[in-house]
Amino acid sequence: MSIEIEHVHKQFGTFAALNDVSLTIPSGELVALLGPSGSGKTTLLRIIAGLESSDGGRILFNGTDTTESHVRERKVGFVFQHYALFRHMTVFENVAFGLRVRPRATRPSNSEIKAKVTELLRLVQLEVLAERYPAQLSGGQRQRIALARALAVEPQVLLLDEPFGALDAQVRAELRRWLRKLHDEIHITSVFVTHDQEEALEVADRIVVMNKGKIEQSGTPDQVYEHPANPFVLNFLGDVNLFHGRILQANGHVDTGENAVSYVRSHDIEIERTPLDSTALQAVVKHIQKLGPSVRVTLDIAGNNDFVEAELTRDVFHNLGLQHGERVYVRPRQVRVFVEDYQI
Amino acid sequence: MSIAKASSDNRYTQTEPFFVRWFLIAVALIFLTLFLLLPLGAVFSQAFEKGLTVYLDALKEPDTLSSIKLTLITAAVAVPLNLFFGVTAAWAIAKFNFIGKNLLLTLIDLPFSVSPVISGLIYVLIFGLQGWMGPWLQEHDIKIVFAVPGIILATIFVTFPFVARELIPLMESQGKEEEEAALVLGATGLQTFFRVTLPNIKWGIIYGVILCNARAMGEFGAVSVVSGHIRGMTNTVPLHVEILYNEYNYTAAFAVASLLAFLALITLAIKTIAEWKVRQQLNNN
Amino acid sequence: MIQRKKHNNVLPGFGPSLGFTIFYLSVIVLIPLSALVFRAAGLTWGEFIDTVTAPRVLASYKVTFGSAIIAACINSVFGVIVAWVLVRYRFPGRRIVDALVDLPFALPTAVAGITLATIYSPNGWIGKILEPHGIKIAFTPLGIILAMTFIGLPFVVRTVQPVIEEIEVELEEAAVCLGANRLQTILRVIVPLLLPSVITGFALSFARGVGEYGSIIFIAGNMPMVSEITPLLIITKLEQFDYRGATAIACVMLLASFSMLLVINLLQRWTRRFAE
Repeated sequence: MSIEIEHVHKQFGTFAALNDVSLTIPSGELVALLGPSGSGKTTLLRIIAGLESSDGGRILFNGTDTTESHVRERKVGFVFQHYALFRHMTVFENVAFGLRVRPRATRPSNSEIKAKVTELLRLVQLEVLAERYPAQLSGGQRQRIALARALAVEPQVLLLDEPFGALDAQVRAELRRWLRKLHDEIHITSVFVTHDQEEALEVADRIVVMNKGKIEQSGTPDQVYEHPANPFVLNFLGDVNLFHGRILQANGHVDTGENAVSYVRSHDIEIERTPLDSTALQAVVKHIQKLGPSVRVTLDIAGNNDFVEAELTRDVFHNLGLQHGERVYVRPRQVRVFVEDYQI
Repeated sequence: MSIAKASSDNRYTQTEPFFVRWFLIAVALIFLTLFLLLPLGAVFSQAFEKGLTVYLDALKEPDTLSSIKLTLITAAVAVPLNLFFGVTAAWAIAKFNFIGKNLLLTLIDLPFSVSPVISGLIYVLIFGLQGWMGPWLQEHDIKIVFAVPGIILATIFVTFPFVARELIPLMESQGKEEEEAALVLGATGLQTFFRVTLPNIKWGIIYGVILCNARAMGEFGAVSVVSGHIRGMTNTVPLHVEILYNEYNYTAAFAVASLLAFLALITLAIKTIAEWKVRQQLNNN
Repeated sequence: MIQRKKHNNVLPGFGPSLGFTIFYLSVIVLIPLSALVFRAAGLTWGEFIDTVTAPRVLASYKVTFGSAIIAACINSVFGVIVAWVLVRYRFPGRRIVDALVDLPFALPTAVAGITLATIYSPNGWIGKILEPHGIKIAFTPLGIILAMTFIGLPFVVRTVQPVIEEIEVELEEAAVCLGANRLQTILRVIVPLLLPSVITGFALSFARGVGEYGSIIFIAGNMPMVSEITPLLIITKLEQFDYRGATAIACVMLLASFSMLLVINLLQRWTRRFAE
């Protein structure tokens, strides 16, 4: 089912949590709402679910206006950040809840409920835990139960609020892959909120980058990563270096004037011993930091305390054999130029 | 285990010298014995002073039985009303935000800070013969003050905050995510309340109700003002104790008082269990 | 005045639950209490002042408030010791003692009254021991202090106890690492942390003592000018059908209670000022 968000506005006192947001989510896609805290992404998700009302605008499910319909009637699956599992119910009863509260006429029989819940627990690979209570589960297990519970009511839309936020790094990576796989199997239109760019890039079909209540850019992971619409998106999706207008102007990269700023991702900076051409800049190696598979080299460009960080693979680093204090040449591989009135 | 051993869970690495610990424990225990244990023991010792037969006879006396009946009726009206109020108020206050919330909280606590005597007096001023509604009530032959309704009203007043006061912080700490989850899953408002909210506040309710009940059955000052002290008619158990005591019928007075002391002990036991359960529930959050 | 913010609107039942809350609160508490104030407003200022400053009434204030202050002081000292011992030390029967602290909450005041009067009367368990030394407790102002101490004790213990539980052990360890001895640690680190809660407990205990009636009248002796407490005076006036007198004095008591409620609220806010 597709979701259309039209001119949605949400005000908390004097603070505009969402400022005229419009967005279309095509049917069957897995979409990430990505942004820093306070960007309005969770508010947007809760408005889609019907857990909060907007102050203006409409939400359409498959072209039908749902703005006025109650959360109960929207048939959405919602996975809460802290799972919100019913602590007094077993895992089985948690998953069965959505079926048990149906009106008698549409309520499945006990055996149907049992079959359905068992199937869902198998889907999330936790059948053996059916009789446990939420307090006896690990974070990752709770997350999967929360997901099974949301899926039990056969929602048209699945909404996940920071689904991996409260988990440790390893479980997080594992669940991420698992969610992607699950989505490929069941193809339900899904929206998840995250502040982790890596998570969004890995899992989502489409990324919606949000900032200060507005959508900065919406597109496939490749689009937003390769062609960021503005410095905010660029900066939010990876480490970047700023080159102020003057420097690169001399090298012919910027010809629009002094107000432009160039941005180069740290892994797009090449370090050379001898300058290949005139685009290379002279720099001094100030600091070398080894971070697992990669090495971060801090360089001082042209000796005027204009620091740049380059990220190299270990191989490249070893081949270069860089030393602290050494003079080298730096060449940006891919430069993005934005006019400077934009604040990061 | 030696007396005055520092905390066995070793949380407290810093503690006082052995003699200081021992001294403080002794002071605390002597103080509590003098003030709490001794009176408690005295109730039962006085009650059984002249043997079990006299004790049972005192309880079987018709005026005693009618006072027990009145006390039970009073509690049976006051406690459910205040329970219903407590749950409703806690729902509004803990799950929603609105302007004036703090004022409302203060007003709910008000009956605790009013002297019991005043709690009774206010109803006399409204429903008494010289009161606002007095003449009208007399015309229609309705008796509130110096009758059972007055006793019940005064009891409701003094036990008013118990359940609400216990539930509000508990429900606030539990947040509203579970209720939201239930609604998203298609539950109706009532289903959400009975299947999700209620099980989570069960022990909080028990705690509030047991304290509310103890106070309802034991209230003396407020009830004394509105009762009129008619033997066998408008005497609750505590008032009956007073009458027996003032008639120098000590054994009977303590026999009846022992019922209330027994109630207090049961209350403390249930309260301790409920407290433990609530704490456990909060730790699971 | 009471208005709901719009973004909180998924959970049902806000209107009815708040409506009932306010209705019930008004019927049971607010309207009856306001009756007292309106009744008092029916008196002229002169009448009112004459009533509430009559010598017998003034004497009752002195007895009531004086005894309540002394009882609250006793409770502050022993209550802190009890709370400290219960949290910090392990000894057999600690849990039972802990539960028993709430006895004055649970035990009906009339029962407490007749029991204390019996124990401390000249031929009672303790009175017998004190009598030869010329100490009389029952039927004297001392009895009032005793009863007020009894009913006020849990307030101090239960206010201070959670604060002691929350003191981080690291604070004391830090103090020791910085060279403080145990006494310095207690005086400079622990006492300042406990002080606000002790004061709050004191105020709660004091407020309870001032309003108390049931447990006191059996042990006080109730002699006008000497051992007659204000709540008893209200009842006496009422029994003499002096509704105006009773109302006026009750108003003064109510004013005192509200002032204390305000002070307690401010104290509690002050206690929480370091809380995150």
